[in-house]
Amino acid sequence: MNGEQRRVLDLLNEDCRIPLEKMASMLGMDTRELAGIIDGLERERVILCYRPVVNWDKAERNLVEAMIEVKVTPQRDFGFDAVAKRINSFEEVRSLYLMSGAYDLLIQVAAPTLKELAQFVSERLSPLETVTGTSTSFVLKRYKQDGVVFDQPDADGRLTVSP
Amino acid sequence: MSERFINPAVSAVPPSAIRRFFDVAGTMKNAISLGVGEPDFVTPFKVRNSAIDSLLDGETSYTTNAGIQPLREEIALYLKERFGLSYSPHTETLVTVGASEAIDIAMRALVSPGDEVLIPEPCYISYGACAMFAGGTPVYVPTRAETGFELTPEDLERCITKKSRVLVLSYPNNPTGGVMPPEKLAAIAEVAVRHDLFVLSDEIYAELCYDGFRQQSIAGFPGMRERTMVISGFSKAFAMTGFRLGYLCADEPIVAAVSRIHQYTIMCASRQSQVASWSALRQGRENGYAEVVRMRESYDRRRRLTLDSFRDMGLPCFEPRGAFYTFPSIRHTGLSSEAFCDRLLTEYHVVCVPGSAFGSSGEGHIRCCYATAVDKLMEAFERIGAFLEKLKQEK
Repeated sequence: MNGEQRRVLDLLNEDCRIPLEKMASMLGMDTRELAGIIDGLERERVILCYRPVVNWDKAERNLVEAMIEVKVTPQRDFGFDAVAKRINSFEEVRSLYLMSGAYDLLIQVAAPTLKELAQFVSERLSPLETVTGTSTSFVLKRYKQDGVVFDQPDADGRLTVSP
Repeated sequence: MSERFINPAVSAVPPSAIRRFFDVAGTMKNAISLGVGEPDFVTPFKVRNSAIDSLLDGETSYTTNAGIQPLREEIALYLKERFGLSYSPHTETLVTVGASEAIDIAMRALVSPGDEVLIPEPCYISYGACAMFAGGTPVYVPTRAETGFELTPEDLERCITKKSRVLVLSYPNNPTGGVMPPEKLAAIAEVAVRHDLFVLSDEIYAELCYDGFRQQSIAGFPGMRERTMVISGFSKAFAMTGFRLGYLCADEPIVAAVSRIHQYTIMCASRQSQVASWSALRQGRENGYAEVVRMRESYDRRRRLTLDSFRDMGLPCFEPRGAFYTFPSIRHTGLSSEAFCDRLLTEYHVVCVPGSAFGSSGEGHIRCCYATAVDKLMEAFERIGAFLEKLKQEK
């Protein structure tokens, strides 16, 4: 990762909807040069996708979300990767992390109803051979995600004009 | 009626020309302001937290007049490390309520009635007022876009008289964003020594320089240390405007003199602000001023966006290398800077500050601060572009 790539990533991470030519202005780059750097980052899968941070409560799409702590038995030669790959394949799984500490994997899941989420845990996740235990905690309210604070007024607290 | 009680020295100072725009803009809901003079970042978390810790620890008493010793030591280390300046934290450093207090007490300590204070213009609005409150006469030295709003020795010498006593230097500059390269500072230092001028060097924006430029302090030039007061603070580079914390450094007798005014009028700056400022410098020294660098990089991106946007809409603009302001020329529109800003505000709901608010040399320009969210900046530039188009069609 060179300095130019890092600068591009920093800006995209701040706001990826700024038009390319404006972004090039901000970085002091030629538009084609910037497009090339972004293409490279996408090809190398440094950038995986561009998505908004959505407050689904306001969008009136109600999903039941939970964090599941999972204990697993790592497999010989594959460690945790094989079971992670298996869990990744379930469409309810939003995020999956290998953790240090009291459990091994942390899964963020979402389903339309509590029943469907419970079915996921009892009928799909728990029966996996390598899974030795789960602990499910439901998300009650989302305050902040990816550095974005929910329900924060879009007000600039500064004086409109100051010397 | 009760006006007769007011000190004529105060009545003689006109109210700030910026105030009127503030009142009008305040009534508009969708106005975008490029009129602010402060960062759009919140003070870094650890710095805020150190002020909270100080309160929770019950540190609620006065501090020494000069400011808490650990802060003065950090200021001395900071100036040494970042600007190569050596000041004693014990006798040559005074912590003030913002750089604004430092400007005020410096004028009162140095200026006698009838003395002339040389102020390069366009300039921050306080210098002339503080000189007048101290009984002095401000003498404005013009600077121009064609010469990067640098102060030239020729212009300075033209304004020097037998009454000239103090020169104010403010680079990087508010409102122009101009800087002073070392060779230009050396020429000004030579004039200051030759005419025995004392220099108030307001270096509040010194950390906010771009394109690899670093603003040196005139205090570091030969013969200047004894005749310079370095004034700075935490508002701009550390995004701490509300903490109101500044400082000044100078030769011991000068600091002793300004301290006398400070101790009788202010006593000391807020303890929590001092602790927070100490924390900002201490953390900065340990992590390479990471927060300052992060904010500077963000300003720089927006500076480039602003300059390119002005170029695209045909608004001539000197390329600033410091602070977070641009100072484009609106002369070609035929409007005065005040009329331009008035119409821009009432017709397109964008707040800019007329250059004339910063002195007559600022006429023909407007100050646009780019310390504002990128989406708001882009929307403001759309509106300014539309306004310029409308003006073209009116001609």
